[in-house]
Amino acid sequence: MALPVYTTLGQRIWHYSYLAFCTFVLFFLVAPLVAVIPLSFTSAPFLNFTPEMLSLDPEGFSTRWYKGLFGICDQDANLSTMCTDRWVVGTQNSFIIAIASTLLATFLGTLAALGLSSENMPFRRGIMALMISPLIVPLIITASGMFFFFAKVNLVASYAGIILAHTMLGIPFVVITVTSTLVGFDKSLTRSGASLGGSPAYCFYKIQMPLIAPGMISGALFAFITSFDEIVIILFIGGPEQHTLPRQMWSGIRQEISPTILAAATILVILSVLLLTTLELLRRRSERIRGITPH
Amino acid sequence: MPNEKPLVRFVDIQKSYDGDTLVVKNLNLDVAKGEFLTMLGPSGSGKTTCLMMLAGFEPATHGEIYLNDQGINKVAPHKRGIGMVFQNYALFPHMTVAENLAFPLWVRKMSKSEQDERVNKALAMVELSAFGNRRPAQLSGGQQQRVAVARSLVFDPDLVLMDEPLGALDKNLREQMQYEIKHIHENLGLTVVYVTHDQSEALTMSNRIAVFDDGIIQQCAPPEVLYEEPDNAFVANFIGENNRLLGDVVEDAGDSVKVKIDDDSGVVHANKINVEGVGSRTTLSLRPERVTVDPEPGSVPNIFAAHAKELIYLGDHIRTRFTVCGHDDFIVKIPNSAAHAQLEEGATVNIGWNVEDCRALDPSD
Repeated sequence: MALPVYTTLGQRIWHYSYLAFCTFVLFFLVAPLVAVIPLSFTSAPFLNFTPEMLSLDPEGFSTRWYKGLFGICDQDANLSTMCTDRWVVGTQNSFIIAIASTLLATFLGTLAALGLSSENMPFRRGIMALMISPLIVPLIITASGMFFFFAKVNLVASYAGIILAHTMLGIPFVVITVTSTLVGFDKSLTRSGASLGGSPAYCFYKIQMPLIAPGMISGALFAFITSFDEIVIILFIGGPEQHTLPRQMWSGIRQEISPTILAAATILVILSVLLLTTLELLRRRSERIRGITPH
Repeated sequence: MPNEKPLVRFVDIQKSYDGDTLVVKNLNLDVAKGEFLTMLGPSGSGKTTCLMMLAGFEPATHGEIYLNDQGINKVAPHKRGIGMVFQNYALFPHMTVAENLAFPLWVRKMSKSEQDERVNKALAMVELSAFGNRRPAQLSGGQQQRVAVARSLVFDPDLVLMDEPLGALDKNLREQMQYEIKHIHENLGLTVVYVTHDQSEALTMSNRIAVFDDGIIQQCAPPEVLYEEPDNAFVANFIGENNRLLGDVVEDAGDSVKVKIDDDSGVVHANKINVEGVGSRTTLSLRPERVTVDPEPGSVPNIFAAHAKELIYLGDHIRTRFTVCGHDDFIVKIPNSAAHAQLEEGATVNIGWNVEDCRALDPSD
């Protein structure tokens, strides 16, 4: 980015200090992640870089914490307490809950977005605000409110309760992303589908859904991540059965500081990067279909 | 050509979006089988609303629309079997051209071989056989427009609606497409209801034109009648170029009137079309090409002295702006023939016209 020739000294200083500022912001955002990844491959049970690691001695590295995550234990007497299947169970539970609540949230959120985008819908703004409210209301308030409500209807300490609660947290993302794809949706497409003889259901399935799919999928990814790393609601309404990955990390870091948590964090980082890459690819695909060249 | 029983009938149709103002006021219109009928009018005149009611996308507030003698008010759009071309083409962006064309055939559960045959035939008709595997975004505007036309015809509808389908094309392409659509209409014996605000498009393509204004059909007639014999001042003004002279009727001779022009002593002898008797206000309408410059004295009943204000050379004719009878924007088209009058700006000359060419119409506004 070359500066134009007419730039004054002041503007130059401003420009370079701005660049420096941005670099620092990015550095502070990324540095913890970059530090965590190599540290998760340590062979010592501490959360800092050992001299062996710094000298790149193979002895200093191991994948034991990853093995521990998956319930495969090294024969190491000192660490036997840490080698449990809690991580495996937690990961499984997290996936079950996240997938179930994502499917529900995507289905319900898409329906809501379709309804809210119709011109005939009364009280659109009010309903929209209500649907979005879980994003704005502090989670702790939602969680405690849910606790009292779910207690009355026997949903506390059940998978169904957690899945419903997470669905509610995921719906706003789906509603927002699908609504924004519907804004650009040309109503004459479904009309032309109808004029060609397609029933409303057929037109939705063949025309509208493929075109709003990027919005549905990115909403679903957000809903998935929200559920996958959610802890507050789990702590409030989850029972001992609903032991999820974030909950295991939470108790892990309180009871026993072990690099297992770094291995878990690394896996979560990789998962998030994959999901975000998917999002970006989807965005480009939808732009390409609409005839906009990606830039 | 138009004949016998009408295919479409609008009977006493009214439409209001807000329950208060009528966008369409008591529309009665028949469209004959095989006819190319154009709904022409300025924006907001109710023409598109009429098309949308026929397609089924807007309900009529009052009245009934008949298709083949069946009332269709309560028939869902997808069960009407009417082909439609939309203003922005409305091609499905995620499907190839061939898939777009096959869509109405999928819905009708046709066999794969019949689908292929019809899609290929339709592509050949619009000369896009090589483009079946392209996405709409990879086609030019004109090509997309042809795909949209082909798609609206591929399931053999009796009736095709077109909502300003050429509006987004540039001028040359638009004229070429006008002829293509006209030929498709003639070759397939289709009935077409076409909506546009472009009068030359309407004049080129239509068997009949319904001129809309303010939710009312002002006149519905073949193009030549509309141009030569407009019923009222709106149609005279809207179709083609028109000179208007306002005045009062001073003498009524049954089929002709004498009109005293405002702010002037000139009295014009005009054809009585749409005007009451002596004393009423009227708009005289006169086409610029029906005015003779420097006529033989006595050859035409209306001869006035005119002052040439501006001459514009347009090749085939010279467009001249005169001041005549107190009006200073009176346009005359002088054909560029060997014998045409040589005029200079600022010159004063006599101009004249016949009684039949000067129509006394309603005073409008």
